[in-house]
Amino acid sequence: MGRVENLVEAKALTKHFGTFEAVRGIDVEVRKGEAFGFLGPNGAGKSSTMRMISCVSGRTGGELKVLGMDPGTDGPRIRARLGVVPQLDNLDTELTVRQNLQIYGRYFGMSRQKCREKAAELLEFAQLSDRADHEVEPLSGGMKRRLTIARSLVNDPELLLLDEPTTGLDPQARHLLWDRLFRLKQDGVTLIITTHYMDEAEQLCDRLVVMDGGRIAAEGSPSELIGRYSTREVLELRFQPGAEKPDLERFAERVEVLPDRLLLYTQDGEHTLAKVHEHGVRPVQSLVRRSSLEDVFLRLTGRTLVD
Amino acid sequence: MHTFKGSWFTFEKFWTWYRRNWRSTAVSSFLTPVLFLLALGFGFGSQVQSTALIGGVSYLEYLAPALVVVTAIQGATFESTYPVLSQFMWQKSFIAMVATPITPAQVLYGQMMWVGSQLAVRSVVFVIIAVVLGAAAGPGILLSVVFATLAALAFSAPLVAYSATLEKPDGFTTIFRFVLMPMTLFTGAFFPVSQLPDWLVPLVWLTPSWHGIELARGTTFGTIGLLPALGHIAYLAALTAGGIALGVKFFNRRLAV
Repeated sequence: MGRVENLVEAKALTKHFGTFEAVRGIDVEVRKGEAFGFLGPNGAGKSSTMRMISCVSGRTGGELKVLGMDPGTDGPRIRARLGVVPQLDNLDTELTVRQNLQIYGRYFGMSRQKCREKAAELLEFAQLSDRADHEVEPLSGGMKRRLTIARSLVNDPELLLLDEPTTGLDPQARHLLWDRLFRLKQDGVTLIITTHYMDEAEQLCDRLVVMDGGRIAAEGSPSELIGRYSTREVLELRFQPGAEKPDLERFAERVEVLPDRLLLYTQDGEHTLAKVHEHGVRPVQSLVRRSSLEDVFLRLTGRTLVD
Repeated sequence: MHTFKGSWFTFEKFWTWYRRNWRSTAVSSFLTPVLFLLALGFGFGSQVQSTALIGGVSYLEYLAPALVVVTAIQGATFESTYPVLSQFMWQKSFIAMVATPITPAQVLYGQMMWVGSQLAVRSVVFVIIAVVLGAAAGPGILLSVVFATLAALAFSAPLVAYSATLEKPDGFTTIFRFVLMPMTLFTGAFFPVSQLPDWLVPLVWLTPSWHGIELARGTTFGTIGLLPALGHIAYLAALTAGGIALGVKFFNRRLAV
């Protein structure tokens, strides 16, 4: 009792493609039952890391244990207990929704009877029962995504890997998907999620690492990271494009200069705004908001997450 | 997972697809032999004098077993190009498969089982139609099914391996025009290879279709000896095995990255 079981343990993990170093020595532990995130921009090494954890891609160096086993030697045995939601849908679009689920169950060696039962259950979960016997091709992006997630659950995985699960979906479809993922978390499924959306990471992840350039820049819970790397509030001041931006360093703990706006990091945004106005600064627009992971990322890397 | 089981589950995916779409493939596997036999066997063949060189049999009967082989190879070519590349690049079904206990090698084996069974079924249909139309010289033509399938696999296996290395389908057109077409026309299906210039003949010996045609025609007319037959079979089996070995290598390279 009391011992935390790690489903994933990586030490100094690296992945090279030729001379390109996609992952440059990362240490990661994913605990049983948590939702763990890899947050970072495109090209940060998130997907390469996910492919190594999902035992599809071999590592170049370092150590990796998934479910206590070595992916290099026990790949198929580990994969039998994983669920994988790839970044790009790879459903069999010329088959029906139900057939996609049943066939996938067969890949795990399940009996036909079991596959039929599981498919019916997952159709319900993905809210696709009324489309069960339709071909996949004409479904909407959100429906295809839900089907892909349902498919990844066919073997009752202990660990579910989701690579950019909501990229390209409209807000409504995203929220529906998040709701399904919350349910899985409640059922005790361990989740690993990569995303470049900070709101997604904040919503879903208990703990996350910020990745940049193949390395881990920071690790913690969303609120820890915000507490450590940012202030409580942020005052955003927008100016006319091309206009000279005033020097406001003395009004805030930190100022970030973006092409179109200034970000003033402060404990009390309204108070800072009043002082800025007193000083005679007249921005086109001003906004006070709470700090987010976006600010953490900006602080750590000097760049914004989504351009 | 056991290799055979894994390959079988891959095969099942194709079978599920086939159960939904068999009608469209059935039309072509029925029409191809009918059109070929009518046009070349009955039509063109009516103008061809039988000679000692083709054993004194009617041109239609001479043609039938060889046509089973060349149409099987044509079918194999289509099955081994665009659909394979699609499962890497567009449909991405191979990528979905290797996220499960299925390995890249098992994906390839399942794909080859699928090509083999498709071509066997097409060849059976062809032979039945040949019998019905009176193009079969004797019961030996039934063995054409086996040899056509073997020759088709011998061409398909290296081609599937090649498809696994491509990023775009441009190379396929070259294969259709400069490999498949000449192989169909000049490897003994329509006229004896002895009519070709001497320097070309060794090149013909390299093609799976020539070996398949020699086997199919030789057993139909009972003119082939056991030893040459075994030699042809060994060559086709070696091409198949070599192609599969390459395929395993390329499937691993493509899918395990």
